[in-house]
Formats: sequence, C-alpha cells, structure tokens
Amino acid sequence: MTGRIRRGNLDLVLEPGETALEGLLRGGAAVPSSCRAGACQACMLRAVSGDPGPLAQQGLAPALREQGWFLSCMSRPTGELVIEEGPPPAIGASIAAVTEIGPAIVRVRLEPDEDLSYRPGQYVQLIQGDQVRAYSLASSPAEGRALELHVRVHRQGRMSRWLAAAEPGTRVGLRGPAGACFYTEGRPEQPLLLVGTGTGLAPLRGIVHDARRRGHTGPIALIHGARDAAGFYLVDELKGMVDGPGNFRYVRCAMSGEPSEELEIGDLTQVTLRLFPSLKGWRVFLCGSPDRVNALKKQCFLRGAGLKDISADAFLTAEMPPPVRARARGA
Amino acid sequence: MTSLYDELGGAVAIDAAVDIFYRKVMADELLAPFFDDVDMERQAAKQKAFLTMVTGGPAHYTGRDMRRAHAHLVAEGIGDAHFDAVVGHLAGTLKELGVTDDKIARVGALAESVRNDVLNRDPAV
Ligand code: HEM
Repeated sequence: MTGRIRRGNLDLVLEPGETALEGLLRGGAAVPSSCRAGACQACMLRAVSGDPGPLAQQGLAPALREQGWFLSCMSRPTGELVIEEGPPPAIGASIAAVTEIGPAIVRVRLEPDEDLSYRPGQYVQLIQGDQVRAYSLASSPAEGRALELHVRVHRQGRMSRWLAAAEPGTRVGLRGPAGACFYTEGRPEQPLLLVGTGTGLAPLRGIVHDARRRGHTGPIALIHGARDAAGFYLVDELKGMVDGPGNFRYVRCAMSGEPSEELEIGDLTQVTLRLFPSLKGWRVFLCGSPDRVNALKKQCFLRGAGLKDISADAFLTAEMPPPVRARARGA
Repeated sequence: MTSLYDELGGAVAIDAAVDIFYRKVMADELLAPFFDDVDMERQAAKQKAFLTMVTGGPAHYTGRDMRRAHAHLVAEGIGDAHFDAVVGHLAGTLKELGVTDDKIARVGALAESVRNDVLNRDPAV
C-alpha cells in the first residue's frame, strides 16, 4: 500500500520511493531540513498516529521515540501517517557561568536538566521568555553534560545582552540540537578545511576537537575571518594546537590591517582560495554570515569539493534585519 | 534493454555525476546565470532529476512537464545554443565517468527527443 501523509490542511499520497519530507515539501509545507540522511535531525516531526517506518526513528532518544518523534527524511510510511504541526519540545537548563573570552564575546556555560545528545558543530535554540535564538555549541558531549556557547554581545541584541548579564542559576529553555555541520567518521585521512567568521569559530573549533578525538589523521586547516585584528579570539588556544600533535594549520584573515606572518589581509573567500587552490577530495565546513558562507560554498565547489562534502551553517547576527528565509541567529 | 541509469549504478552514480555536471555548468558563462542559485542543494536536486531522466532512470516527466519547467527560462532567452551546451556538458560528464561513446550517444538521443519541449517550441518547427 502506498503511504499517505496528513498534516494540518495538507493531505497527500506519497509517490513511490518518496519520503515523508519530500512529500511535505512537494505539498508546500515549510519543514526545515538539512542533511536529508537521518543525521542532523533538523527535519524531526511528531506522528500523532500511524507508523513512520523503521528507519525513521533510528538514533532518536527512547523518550522521543515514545512520543512519536521521527526523522521525516528517513520516513517512508506504508499506511496513513498523521503529523503534528508545531515545533519540537524544549528542555530546561540553568546558566552556570558567563565569562568574557574576547572583545564583546562571552562564553555561556549551561547545565541542562537532562543529557542532550548532540555532535560538536550543531546548534541549539535558546529560549528566554518570548525570545528564541540559535547558538552553536562550542562544547563536546565527551567533556560532560554541560553545554558551552560563544555569544557575541550586540549593542542592540536583546538576547545577547541579557545573557551577558545573567546571574548563575538563571533558567532558560533549550530546543535541539539541529544542524548538519559536524564531523562524520569513515574517512580519517581526508583533508579538512574549516572556514568561519566571527563566533562561527565556536562550532568549527568543536569540529576540530571532535575529528581529532575520533582519530582523524588527515591534515586539518582552520581559517578564522574577522573585520580587523581585534576580532579574533581563542588565538592562544588555537596556536597551541598547531604546535601539538597532528597536522593542524591555523590562519587568521582580517579584512583590513597590516599583513604579517600571522595575519592574512583581504577578502576571506579570496584568501581561502589562494591558500587552497584545489579542494578536490576535501571535506569543507563553513560557518558564519550568509553572504560569506554562500560565496565560499560556491567557490569551494568550483575548486573541486563535492557538494555532499561541504557542510555549511549560515547565520545572521542580531544586528542585521533577518531576510525572509534565513534563521535569526546569535552565534 | 536495461537503462544506462542502471548500468551506471543507479542513484549513487547519478550523485557523482551531479557534482561533475553542475561544476561544468557553473563554469560555463553562457549557462551559469540560469543555474546560479543560492540554494545549491535545491539546484543539485533539479539536476539529479535531469540526469536521472536523460539516463533513462526513474523520473516521471512528460513533455508537458518539460515545457512548464523551462518556460520561464525560454522567456529569459534560452535557445538552441544553451541546449547544445547542456548536452555537451552532459556528454563530457559521462565521459569523465568512463561511459563508452555508444552509450553517450544513446543519452544524447534521449536528450535530443525533448529539445522542442524544453525550448517550448512547436514540434513541427
Ligand atoms: C536535455 C534537455 C533537458 C532536460 C531533459 C531537462 C530536464 C530538466 C528537469 C527534469 C528539471 C527539473 C524540473 C523540476 O523537477 O522542477 C530541469 C530544471 C531546470 N533546467 Fe532543464 N533540462 C534540459 C535542458 C535545459 C537547458 C538547455 C537549460 C538552459 C539553461 C536548462 C535549465 C534548467 C534550469 C535552470 C532548471 C531549474 C529550474 C528551477 O530552478 O526551477 N535545462 N530540467
């Protein structure tokens, strides 16, 4: 029997081989998705009734499975599947510490009420009152339950200013994780290029640590872009990693200033392509503002990186008015 | 006769072909403006549909669908030169993947059969 999905006003019969996600998108539903391979969980939805199929709940926490949550990109229902409209549930968390780690950048440590299963490089939605912002996780589950976010404090940023001033013990809500920008095992020798702007460094740093922890042997290069030399942070830690074991290269790129042995000056995309003219066979991670990330993605693809080997996470800072399709994003 | 799609190795091989084909199209000044989409995954999905179709795989498009999918592009000025360029990159892609010339000719013939539909022309012209 062919599958049929219903969600709100939508009611459609799936085509042979079509996933629930593909059907929903065909029907005009606005369902977020990213990896479309059952990894990132961005497309997670809840079944009110019906069976989403065996693959669709693989890897989900038992609690979520019990409630009917499933990954729509992996769901090929054979009967009728009724899907709930609305966002996934939130868990509670306490702010444990807020520390300044750079110019107008704070590190926020959170203690979630329950373990969050995530991959370094993914992001969470932080909920405070009626405000919701997405922040990349700079921590790793290997370091314990606590979560770490890097937050750029914007002069006009309601959430970021509130976070920077929050007392330990303050409660917030969390939703997630989401995002497909994370290290995947299977090709330990593959060279990795990570390029990010501003607090896009947080997920990239997490990915580098994760790759090494998982036994990555190939070369890893990290390029951090900022407006000027004052915009860099975690410099000593990253420089220390260059001297450590493994093949790690760290480049800082500022849009203006005096070039030096330590600092590249110029457009981030141009500098990246000059340093890495051929990316055939590389895995690429890009995090930062949408215009930078989109330009880099296209150029990395044209220089030989496979589309499936490019993971990009574009986010807006609170200072910019959010265009229609992009997520409002803090870090 | 099994389709070239199956001979190539089905969906997995088409995924590899999408990258090569898309890169060629983006590097072609004549075609790039039509394919330059910020959402590269969306564009790649369309090209996967294109490659699945012309290799005889499971893509269910009719001539009417082809007319509709390309009508706005015809309005923007695509014509035989664009069509020939697309077919050229298609052949180049298959060659890079080690497909033999006779099979490439078969794909070329399949593509040729929808020229009038893609360019929204009356078949008699
Ligand atoms: C061999 C001939 C061709 C075939 C079989 C073909 C087939 C297809 C198919 C199956 C799609 C996806 C339709 C959909 O599902 O929305 C598509 C989309 C598209 N085709 Fe073609 N195509 C051909 C020639 C061309 C040519 C000559 C151009 C010239 C620029 C072109 C430009 C495009 C573009 C830009 C799209 C995406 C449209 C969008 O963004 O919605 N195609 N084509």
